Amino acid sequence: MTGTGEVLLRIEGLTKAYPGVVANSDVSFAVAPGEVHALLGENGAGKSTLVKMIYGLVKPDSGTMTLRGAAYAPSKPGVARQQGVAMVFQHFSLFEALNVAENVALGMQNPPGMRALASRIRQVSQDYGLPLDPGRLVGDLSAGERQRVEIIRCLLQDPKLLIMDEPTSVLTPQEVDILFQTLRQLSAEGTAILYISHKLEEIRALCDAATILRRGKVVATCTPRGKTARDLAEMMVGGTLTPPSRSAKAKGAVALEVSGLSVPSPNLFGTALKNIGFSVQKGEILGIAGVAGNGQDELFLALSGEVRTARDRIRINGAGCGDTGPNERRRAGLVAAPEERLGHAAAPDMSLTENALLSGAVRKGLVSRGFIDWAATRAFAGQIVDSFDVRTPGIRVAARALSGGNLQKFVVGRELSQAPAIVVVNQPTWGVDAAAAAAIRQALIDRAAAGAAVVVISQDLDELLEITDRFAALNGGRLTEPRPTQGLTVDEIGLMMGGAHGMEVAHHVHP
Amino acid sequence: MDLSAINPAVLIASLMVAAVPIMLAATGELVVEKAGVLNLGVEGMMIMGAVCGLAIAVEAESPVLGFVAAAAGGAALSLIFAFLTQVLLANQVATGLALTLFGLGLSSLIGQGYVGIKPPPTPRLDFGPLADIPVLGTILFRHDPVVYLSVLIVAAVWALLRFTRAGLILRAVGENHDAAHALGYKVQRIRLAAILFGGAMAGLGGAYISLVRVPQWTDGITAGAGWIALAIVVFAGWKPWRILLGAYLFGGITVLQLNLQAAGARIPVEYLSMSPYLITILVLVIMSAGRGRAALNAPAALGRNFHASR
Repeated sequence: MTGTGEVLLRIEGLTKAYPGVVANSDVSFAVAPGEVHALLGENGAGKSTLVKMIYGLVKPDSGTMTLRGAAYAPSKPGVARQQGVAMVFQHFSLFEALNVAENVALGMQNPPGMRALASRIRQVSQDYGLPLDPGRLVGDLSAGERQRVEIIRCLLQDPKLLIMDEPTSVLTPQEVDILFQTLRQLSAEGTAILYISHKLEEIRALCDAATILRRGKVVATCTPRGKTARDLAEMMVGGTLTPPSRSAKAKGAVALEVSGLSVPSPNLFGTALKNIGFSVQKGEILGIAGVAGNGQDELFLALSGEVRTARDRIRINGAGCGDTGPNERRRAGLVAAPEERLGHAAAPDMSLTENALLSGAVRKGLVSRGFIDWAATRAFAGQIVDSFDVRTPGIRVAARALSGGNLQKFVVGRELSQAPAIVVVNQPTWGVDAAAAAAIRQALIDRAAAGAAVVVISQDLDELLEITDRFAALNGGRLTEPRPTQGLTVDEIGLMMGGAHGMEVAHHVHP
Repeated sequence: MDLSAINPAVLIASLMVAAVPIMLAATGELVVEKAGVLNLGVEGMMIMGAVCGLAIAVEAESPVLGFVAAAAGGAALSLIFAFLTQVLLANQVATGLALTLFGLGLSSLIGQGYVGIKPPPTPRLDFGPLADIPVLGTILFRHDPVVYLSVLIVAAVWALLRFTRAGLILRAVGENHDAAHALGYKVQRIRLAAILFGGAMAGLGGAYISLVRVPQWTDGITAGAGWIALAIVVFAGWKPWRILLGAYLFGGITVLQLNLQAAGARIPVEYLSMSPYLITILVLVIMSAGRGRAALNAPAALGRNFHASR
């Protein structure tokens, strides 16, 4: 569709630099009306900055944008919305304590009265097959429903260009199908869609054209249907990727056993765990999938010892430890790497050495009689940096100064370097570039091969399919029966994750 | 103890008057906290209002100008808070406490020349024959305009938060400033406006003490009313009508304590003075134990500074 006829949005030579990093350098492309255009790139390739400039949140340093033939330079999102540009955000744009109609009103220029708005929300949500009750609190909605709120907020303004930032990262496969139907319907009605993602199969299924960004520059433009996922990946990464290798190995005795685990959530809007049971053998990797907010955080806290429960609910090598804290569990051989890198896995303003001490003290014997053995701690931190290829100026720098991927390698490496018998990780490669992600996955596989029992909680299905031996899904705080990963189809996985979350009107189990 | 000496109609009428300062200050603080800002400097802003109101009322011989000056004085002090927390991103708790100490000191300095001077009296509204209705007349129709104004302000704030777009944006900013920023709302500007409103309301409340309740100047004249106002915001669960209820409840306790003393009750005064804080602690405990709708009503971004880093 590109190159011929009318152009809705044309971008020429857009450049934006932040201190120390050029986010976008001389980016040019064009989007036609009704076209689904993909922006493809790794984390940090500059996709988000680019769309923020189109949406008026960030001002470009140089370059021009043209919308429907007229110069376009939105000074704020309100101006962009008036000109028919709408955006569905990946995070940060809903208000949990407000209801659906109020959330929609906040994203509109001139919203009608609340009652009229509520009926329009019902109308549009039916037209596009996205059922939604305008009176419900957003805090009570599932991730998929929250996204519907954002989409409907955009649709009510009759947009000409709809920007979607990583929309499928929080959806089940069935919900993705519904979303794609909606997007195709919009595209058929003449709305152009700028679709940001790093999921290649989705882009091949949905998009008419793709612009590929790497380190802030356009490196290629192509028709994604004519390329294989591998071609796209290599254009995106700029090199060849080696998938993690694994060898068949014998499983050992059961190392971690969880039975009848029910825990209320420590968080407001959290999900309580209901009667969770599974076991992991030595040398085995168990994957736990699920859409965000279905109990992953709570399960992680219960396994790591941050939330305590009855003694026999969790057993390490046969010994009950449900009522012990993180340090006792470390002593028993269980280490854990949480999802949130800054503030949970690592103290942002402390050095790598100090961070190494915080979780490594028990198993590495870094503290004796209340005194810290700094020499040993520095050696431990140095060893993590060397063996996990953490790119850092040194072990004295603050954790905050590392990039997401490097800090994640450090955090996972710190746990794996303690010769653990059981490893629990939550979202090990979230927001990490492809090379670092591959390294982390390989490290987890190697640890399992060395005899550890590994539990990987993740929302990245491809990751779980790639590295796990058995697979289970969390849905509303319940865990499905773990099944062997080999031979599972995407449809089966989607059903395990809760299917389409109620196509008519969403029903939820709430504690 | 002779309880028959207490006339219920007069008691209710005087509790309405006693509640005005804390009601005004608490309503202002409610708006500030709904925007996600925790300003602990209410006591300091109140006493600045008290001294500015008295000084201008005496100089201009006009209580109305006095109240206007009180609102301006409170807002001016809150501007310091706004600059420190919104522009320089200083810690809100520490800045608020400093604001109280600064306000107490500055008011004492300004007030030196006004000790012992009586301000011009604030006239009552004349309701004619309505004031002569037995009981009801005493309770409802024999007050000065500020008593009615304070109730009107509570109603206005309630309507603003509940029905208007401005109120919705204010709540949104207090709920999730990152999201509000992403949608294009000016978080800092909205918070600045809320802080100034809170300062003006606290100033009005303070002036009501120095111009009507006491009417004169002494150091530390607000005597902890600002802290009670802060407590009432929590007690009320960030809901305007409950602020009215809380203020009348605590105003009632103040009045009752005086009456009981006069009637020769044996309860030490200190217990009654403690009661607003005890009740607030109780409410906080119940709220955090329930973790349901009540906890949800607290603005999620309360006390967190916002910086548009992305």
